[in-house]
Order: sequence, then structure tokens, then C-alpha cells
Amino acid sequence: MSKAGSGLRHLLDFQEWSTARLLALLDNTDTMLAVLDRPVKKVPALQGLTIGTAFFENSTRTRTSFELAARRMSADVLSFAAGSSSVSKGESLRDTIETLSAYKVDAFIVRHHASGAAHQVARYSGKPVINAGDGRRAHPTQALLDAYTIRQEFGELAGKTVAIIGDVRHSRVARSNAELLPKLGAKVILCGPAPLLPRDLAGEGVSLTTDARQAVQHADAVMALRLQQERMDTGYLGSIADYVKLYQLNEALLAHAPDHAIVLHPGPINRNVELSDDVADGPRSRILKQVENGQAVRMSVLYHLLVGRG
Amino acid sequence: MTLTITNIKRIHADQSESITIENGKIKGWNLAPEGDTIDGQDATIAPAFLELHAHLREPGQEQKEDLASGLAAAAAGGYGTVVCMPNTSPVIDQPELVRALIAKATGLGQARLRPSAALTRGQQGDQLAELALLREAGAVMFTDDGRTNENARILRLGLEYAASLGLPVSVHAEDATLRAGGVMNEGPVSEALGLPGNPAAAEAARVARDLELCRLTGAHLHIQHLSTARALQLVREAKQAGVNVTCEVCPHHLLLTDESLRGFDTLYKVAPPLRTRADTQALLEGLQDGTVDCIATDHAPHTRAEKELDMLQAPFGIPSIEVAFALMYTHFEAQLGLPKLVDLLTAGAAQVMKWPAPTLDTGAPADLVLLDLHTERTVNPTEFKSKAKFSPWAGERLRGWPVLTVVDGKVAYRRE
Repeated sequence: MSKAGSGLRHLLDFQEWSTARLLALLDNTDTMLAVLDRPVKKVPALQGLTIGTAFFENSTRTRTSFELAARRMSADVLSFAAGSSSVSKGESLRDTIETLSAYKVDAFIVRHHASGAAHQVARYSGKPVINAGDGRRAHPTQALLDAYTIRQEFGELAGKTVAIIGDVRHSRVARSNAELLPKLGAKVILCGPAPLLPRDLAGEGVSLTTDARQAVQHADAVMALRLQQERMDTGYLGSIADYVKLYQLNEALLAHAPDHAIVLHPGPINRNVELSDDVADGPRSRILKQVENGQAVRMSVLYHLLVGRG
Repeated sequence: MTLTITNIKRIHADQSESITIENGKIKGWNLAPEGDTIDGQDATIAPAFLELHAHLREPGQEQKEDLASGLAAAAAGGYGTVVCMPNTSPVIDQPELVRALIAKATGLGQARLRPSAALTRGQQGDQLAELALLREAGAVMFTDDGRTNENARILRLGLEYAASLGLPVSVHAEDATLRAGGVMNEGPVSEALGLPGNPAAAEAARVARDLELCRLTGAHLHIQHLSTARALQLVREAKQAGVNVTCEVCPHHLLLTDESLRGFDTLYKVAPPLRTRADTQALLEGLQDGTVDCIATDHAPHTRAEKELDMLQAPFGIPSIEVAFALMYTHFEAQLGLPKLVDLLTAGAAQVMKWPAPTLDTGAPADLVLLDLHTERTVNPTEFKSKAKFSPWAGERLRGWPVLTVVDGKVAYRRE
């Protein structure tokens, strides 16, 4: 049960990724976006390769984005959804992955409700693995598309401040951004109600506050995180109304941000919970841009890991 | 039946000696060899170890371990006596179950079994089990173990009743509501890994409560597998105040920290969780200053497939009974010294149970172990007698391997 392989073959999180490699990956995303603007949106880069999407947790959007990215690069795609499989009957992660490997899959894209599952798949399969979200741990392509969207807006990430507001405790998006953005020279401010804001997340380039106005005050980008009803049911919060009072990203809160600040959301949005309608649909919103960039970022990641090899 | 073991050394002694065993007792030292003769090859002799905390999984979970594999593993680890935990399926809360286990173990010729029994029916925590009948059947300790005793009143009653029967109650001291869904120590590492954390306060808070019950009742409380500096300090202060409490620590809590979880390997998922370097250091100091009474392994075998589930689903537990002494000797001989280390595995554990201290004197029961303190060997789980053939220490080079274990005058284990 040895350590997962080097980051050169996988995108599990950003632990082993250098700033130079990350910048190269973002640069390459420009090229992929250009491909998506062509009448024929397809390149032969991954011809002959089979990409397996192993989604142990449902996510129509992320899965669609990855599968489309793989197909636009001419890969064959094997889709595996755990809900309708033997996994629900208690099959071990290793057995599932070894079975999928027997279909001659060349790389895995993994989504799982447990933190660390993508690392386990990398260990068990010996194949390149792209983490499409594992528990609270990481959602690296989401953070990359966030970074790309901010860079697209402002030309660079160095010196920028990104405020992330909401259920930080349970958020792989917040953790991945807190890992990625400081490597690219940006500051991250994590903000949310105290029970959902673990103190131990503070670190190099990452600060915490429970004061949302303070969080957005110098922010170039403000991201709202999805708040799930489950948090009320498990005692973290009194009610959605109580959350909305201090932490909903709405025009009143955004009035405290600089005029140039843009608004991001990893989707899907709970409208008028963590994000108000007017802000979601307003001029500062880059939410649909994120979706578009997401596909290009995922193409760039696939290229980087399976063709470019760093 | 007579057996002579030649060419052995007592701890810190230079001269080579021999010991003769007859009818399950030590007949004497340096007698003329008689009966079967085993060449001890210069190994060090000690009383066989006592294990106060092992999960042998029988009845009902034999895919993980059974009496034959678990007690063979214990003998291979140098243990002569094992107290097994009652969290089996069904729970060991019936006198007939205790009797059946002892009867079965007796025929195996491995380590001796002294079962613990549930303190409450089904380990549910809300109604006392038949403690007097369980004792009569052979139970030596009462515990609800991992089913933490959330109902303090019932634990109090259990302490009082068990004390009147002369048996200890042992507890897995964690506040279940604070522990919640934690799968590792709560702290910077758990937050970085995005894994639900179990705070040190869950253990300390529960130890504080249980020490109050101990004061209230005067009964003997044994606290299992202490993992935090804070809880240890609470026990230290209570002992200084004369509270009737004992405690154990496990090799994995002395050797490993939450940093081990960084690779997302479920091998390191254990309850209580692996803590921080400050905690391991404090536990070592607890061994040195006598706050900790004994070393127990909390040997917790599972199937490989169970351990290959994800980090949330995989069961808690590390199998370690076969490597415990070698681990402790290799890593802590310098800090503890061999006599103290052996004491923590023999007399210390016996004292917790109010059993006579094991000795190698003429006339004593012939439970003994020979230890090769010099040869380095690689931990190879495929050779384990336990059904759980994996280990956090696989591939590690260790010294201090048991080479012969004698239980009741009979060879229970001999290294090939």
C-alpha cells in the first residue's frame, strides 16, 4: 500500500505541482479555448486512448465537462457511475478500480464522496488519475478554472485577492483554491460562519475571517460556496435565514467590494441562499464564463498529463 | 512432560543458563538437562507477555480473525495470556459464550485466553449484563470498549457492581458526540486532508468524566489505549490524588502520528486516532514516570477488502500483536531499558488485573518467552499468523523478535 505516484502523472491536488507547471497548464488553456471557438471543435491529441470516468458520487456537470473535454480531444470514454453498480453492494474501492482497469482504461477521472479516494485509485490502478472531486479534500480542475477565469479578467493572478465565502469546512473547492492560488501569487481569504470555518485552514497566503464585509473589502474576485440543507440538519447552523443574514453574497454585501470585483460560483447555485438572484445574473457574474473555461481547462489537464507529460 | 531450555540469558545477565520445566511449572534453573531439550541460542528469557486488549473476532467475525489465528499470532508475539474484547457478533455478554470461548481456546495449545465480557447487554450501554454469572463463567474484565459508555449512570452502577466482584471495568474513553464522524485526529493535518477530525478533547473530556465516576465509586477503572497528552495528564493527576485508576497505551500511539494519514492509507485509520508528535512524546513520558501501567496492543484485525474501502467507510484498527515487542524494543529500548519494557508487558499488566506478577522462579507457572535481541528482521506481514496480513510497519527492520513462547509448560510458538 505504497504512496501514490508522482504529480507528473496525476492531478490529485496541487501538492507536487510547481508554479511553472501550473502556469504552463493555464497558458495551454488559451489554445484549448481557441479550439472550442472553431467550427469543428475536435483535435486528435488523445486518439486511441480510453479515459474512464469513475464517479462514485453523482455530478452531472463535472462529468459532462470532463467527458466532453476528452471527446473533443478524440479519446474514447468509458463512463462508470457507482450508484447503479456493485459499489452500492459494498465492493471495495480496489476491486472496483481493478475491474475497470481490466477494460484497458488509460487514465481515470475520479469523483468520490470520501477524501483521499483519488489517491487510493492512483495507488490501486497504476494509471494516471485526475481528481474530479474527493470528499472535502480537493477539486483541482475547479480551482484551475477559477484561477483561469480570474486571470482572464485581470491579466494576471499575482497580487490579486480572492474572497471565498460560505461552507468552507465541507468545501473541496475552498481547499483546492487555498492550495492553488497562493502558488500563483494570489491571496485567499476564507470566510464563513464560525462553525463552518476551521481555524486550522489558515496558512501561507490564506487568512480567515468571519466578517464577510471585511473579506470582500479588497477582493478582486468573490466566490460564494454552495450551502447544503444538510448543514442545518446536522446542527452547524440555525437556519438558512440565519446564514443569509451575514453571509449571502448579495448587492448589499458586494457594495463593500471594489467596483472591479467579479463574482464566481462553482455551481450548482442555490439561488437566494448563498447567492442572490441579482448578483448571480448581474454584470459582475462570471459564472457562465467559468463553465466555458472549465471545459478548456480540463482539455489542458488531459493534454498535460497524457500527451505533454509535463 | 519435561522440557529443558539451555543456553539462555536472563535480562542484563552475562552467564549462560538453562531452565527446566515440568508439568507446567518451572522445575528449576541449571539442573542436569532432562526431557526434550531446546537450544536457546543465547536468547534472553522473560516471563511470557500479558495482553489486556486484543480483538480476536470470535464468535461471528471469523473472516477477520478467530481464536486459532489470533492466539497463534499472540504466541508468535511472545504473549502467554490474552484478554480478548467482547465486541463480537453476537457480543460476549452471555456466560455460555465465555465458557465456550475458554473451552475452545484451551484445546488450541496457543496463548491462554482470558475473555473480557460486555459491561452492558449487547454493549448497548443501558442495562448491565449478568456480571456475577459472567465472572463465574471466567470473564476477567468488563468493558463496552468501542461502544463508548454514553450513559454515565449505568457506567457508575457497573463500576460499583464490578468492584464488589473484584473485577476491573475498562473503558474506551471518547465522548461519542464530540468524536462525531471523525476518522483521524482533528488538527492542521485533518483540515489539509479534508478528513473529518476527532478532537483530542473528545478523549480528555471523557477521561475527566470517568475519573469523577472513579472517585465517586472508589471502584477500579482501567482506561484503554490513551492517545493524548491531555488525557494522560488527567490520569497522572488523578493517580497522585489516590484515585483507583490504571491505564494502557498502544505501540501505534507511541510510534505514529496523524502525519501518517497524508498518503490516505486506511492502514493508519484507528480509534482513538493517531495524534501528534507532542502526544507521542507525552505518552512515552507517561511510560517512564509510571503513569502508564502497561502496554496493550489493541490488535484489531480486519479483512484486506475492508481496509481497501475509502477513508470514510474503512473500519478502524491496526493488527500489531505479532510485532508489538519488536517495535517497542527497537524504538524505545534506549529510553525505557529492557527491564522496564518487559515489566510493562508482564508485571504491569498483571497488576492491572490483580493477578500475581509473572516470574521465572522455581515453582512458578511455566509461561515464558525467549527473545532474540540482536538479529534484525524485516516485518513481513505475509508471514503473520494473524489473518490480517498487513501492517503499517511492513518492510521495517526491527530487533527483539520472540523466538520461543512457552505456555503452561508447552511450546506454543517456535520461530522456524
